[in-house]
Amino acid sequence: MRHLIAAAVVAMAGFAFVATAPAAQAAGEGLLGRVAVDGKPAPGVTVKVKKKGGEQVGTVKTGANGQFKIDVPGPGDYTATVDRSTFPAGAKLLDPNRSSLTVTISSDGTRFVLFALTTGKQQGGGGGGQGNKHKPVRALQLLLEGIRFGLIIAITAIGLSLIYGTTGLTNFAHGELVTFGAVVAWMLNSRLGLQLIIATILAVIIGGVAGGLNERLLWRPLRKRGTGLIAMLVISIGLSILARYVILVLYSDRSHAYTDYGSQNARDYGPVNLTDKDLSSIVLSLLVLVGVALLLQRSRIGKAMRAVADNRDLASASGINVDRVVLVVWIMGGALAAFGGVLYGLSDQVNWEMGFRLLLLMFAGITLGGLGTAYGALLGSLLVGILVQMSTLVVAPELKNVGGLLILIIILIVRPSGLLGARTRVG
Amino acid sequence: MDFGSIITNGFHALVGLDAVYFALLAIGLNIHFGYTGLLNFGQVGFAAVGAYGVSISVTTFHLPFAVGILIGLLSGVALGLLLGLPTLRLRADYLAITTIAASEILRLCFRSVALSKWTGGSDGLNQFATAFTNLNPFPSDAKYGVGPFRFSAPDTWSLLVGWTLVGLCVLLVFLLMRSPWGRVLKAIREDEDAARSLGKNVYFYKMQALVLGGVIGSLAGIFDAVQSQSVQPDLYGTPVTFFAYAVLILGGAARVLGPVVGAMIFWFLLSVTETVLGQLVGNGYITFLTSSQAGQVRYMLVGLGLILLMVFRPQGIFGNRREIALDAR
Repeated sequence: MRHLIAAAVVAMAGFAFVATAPAAQAAGEGLLGRVAVDGKPAPGVTVKVKKKGGEQVGTVKTGANGQFKIDVPGPGDYTATVDRSTFPAGAKLLDPNRSSLTVTISSDGTRFVLFALTTGKQQGGGGGGQGNKHKPVRALQLLLEGIRFGLIIAITAIGLSLIYGTTGLTNFAHGELVTFGAVVAWMLNSRLGLQLIIATILAVIIGGVAGGLNERLLWRPLRKRGTGLIAMLVISIGLSILARYVILVLYSDRSHAYTDYGSQNARDYGPVNLTDKDLSSIVLSLLVLVGVALLLQRSRIGKAMRAVADNRDLASASGINVDRVVLVVWIMGGALAAFGGVLYGLSDQVNWEMGFRLLLLMFAGITLGGLGTAYGALLGSLLVGILVQMSTLVVAPELKNVGGLLILIIILIVRPSGLLGARTRVG
Repeated sequence: MDFGSIITNGFHALVGLDAVYFALLAIGLNIHFGYTGLLNFGQVGFAAVGAYGVSISVTTFHLPFAVGILIGLLSGVALGLLLGLPTLRLRADYLAITTIAASEILRLCFRSVALSKWTGGSDGLNQFATAFTNLNPFPSDAKYGVGPFRFSAPDTWSLLVGWTLVGLCVLLVFLLMRSPWGRVLKAIREDEDAARSLGKNVYFYKMQALVLGGVIGSLAGIFDAVQSQSVQPDLYGTPVTFFAYAVLILGGAARVLGPVVGAMIFWFLLSVTETVLGQLVGNGYITFLTSSQAGQVRYMLVGLGLILLMVFRPQGIFGNRREIALDAR
């Protein structure tokens, strides 16, 4: 099984060309924090920190990035208080009751506090915190956010669905292909200084290569050995853990934004507003998805993919080179996942776990649409994205993913073959 | 290199509290995956409802500790029924996705602000098991063990209770699996249709297996929460389930002692690699890693180990290759 070792070596080497991220914080207790006005850093705000029960620890000012850090003498409860007189002009606390925050710091631990300010003018692009809008308008705004998010899920999930359709593999490591793309683009962008668009193109190519290597070095040899589907599922979980921690070690446990297109103000489009990058994200996703649809519908290889996904043996018997089709599916899946990862990183920052967090929503999307179908994955993912965002109308934003996962369970109960899947017996 | 600390740390991990926790989780999974062929990827959800069952009952509703434990176990039963009713008729990979989604839903709910009145939000709950520590018969001023291998009094008490629980669960599994009931489970794993054609109600057997394994998972969660006196929602993330699978496969699925041996070796290896890597980094032999990265490298090894085991020795240390449901769908 030289291939496997080779796979591991290649995976590591793929990362080796980029510099290692800075080390994590040193030992000792500390308090980290950030002051932000409408999500943008607020420099020069004074924060007083004292130990609960009296004793003053110190006073710090936030830096240019809106962050402050103070070492505290030992474990215990500490209260951080912002000085309102040092706020930027026109800014006030989003929640007036939160000018003091108390946290418990454990031995050698660091805690993070956030003071959210607002100028009251800007409405921001995020799903939450828009209570001042009328409900229908807010619903429309969330619908738009949902479409943007759903398109990202769709881009990443098409590969997952086609891989399932053509090989039967439930690939738990697909989320890591998403993270991989986002992280590679971040490294090219902020470490090597490439413009994000160029970095994205390179990341998509590298993502495609990574997908192809996955198939050539690991999954094809395993299929040739006759490894069972459940064994392959467990192997994909192992691969997911391995890849996730390789990314963690080589990247970092912090979230980072791309250096380009960082802070943009939302533009108004009638009742709703969007930042330019969100609009571009929607347009680009749509273009890519239309491209994929055309490929599947019109091209020879696309037809072959659908044929293999529909009935592998029949496709093989009618002269389709199944191995080649599967390889193309993996390359396409890897490239699309990388692209989706960059888009996701653009809206939610790049994080070592981002793909893993997206994975269950991808599963929800493709199950809703019908496992193994390409168009089903598209439709299902879009619906899941919209549902996740719109659900913040009724539930707290922190619970929005619960809606997406519940849909997954409900669909499995009501119609396990999904919306577009053939109505077959599945158990 | 300080081999003394490598050996003492390794021994502590070999029989430590984590080994107990994962042994119990994996014994539950063994009933699901090893004997019945059910792919439950939400085992940590069972642990979470157990842990929260006891902590919420005691902290929020001021019920007696024993009642809390009962509620924790019953929550496991309830979750098993809730998950099993709709999904056990489905294919194996569907069950996998549903259970993993359910465990994530539970974690997200437990850490939500909306429920923090009861659950303590992302900080969780603590100090709900003083009844357990009060039962500790060991005087707290001494350490217990042999030679350099010593544990503090609370740990000794927890380990005693923990390994007793593991022993009881192993005995239960041993007795069940040589009973006719256990043979039906294995028959379902081997060929569901054949079992059905012999007049067995496959669905009910699967349900019983899911609930039983789930309750043992809840017991694991209860034990872990009680001995550490705290629950915290992010301790119940999906990686715990994956590690429990690694433990099970390492020891050997469908073997009574597989999960126990697997848990001991798993934590022993993690501890040894951590100490060795930590020392290599600390003494400057390895310069391309920081000490926190060295801790993360261990988990890369877990992933790699899981892949290699599954490829080259899916039956683990003790297992019998023919007894593992790897081709089911």
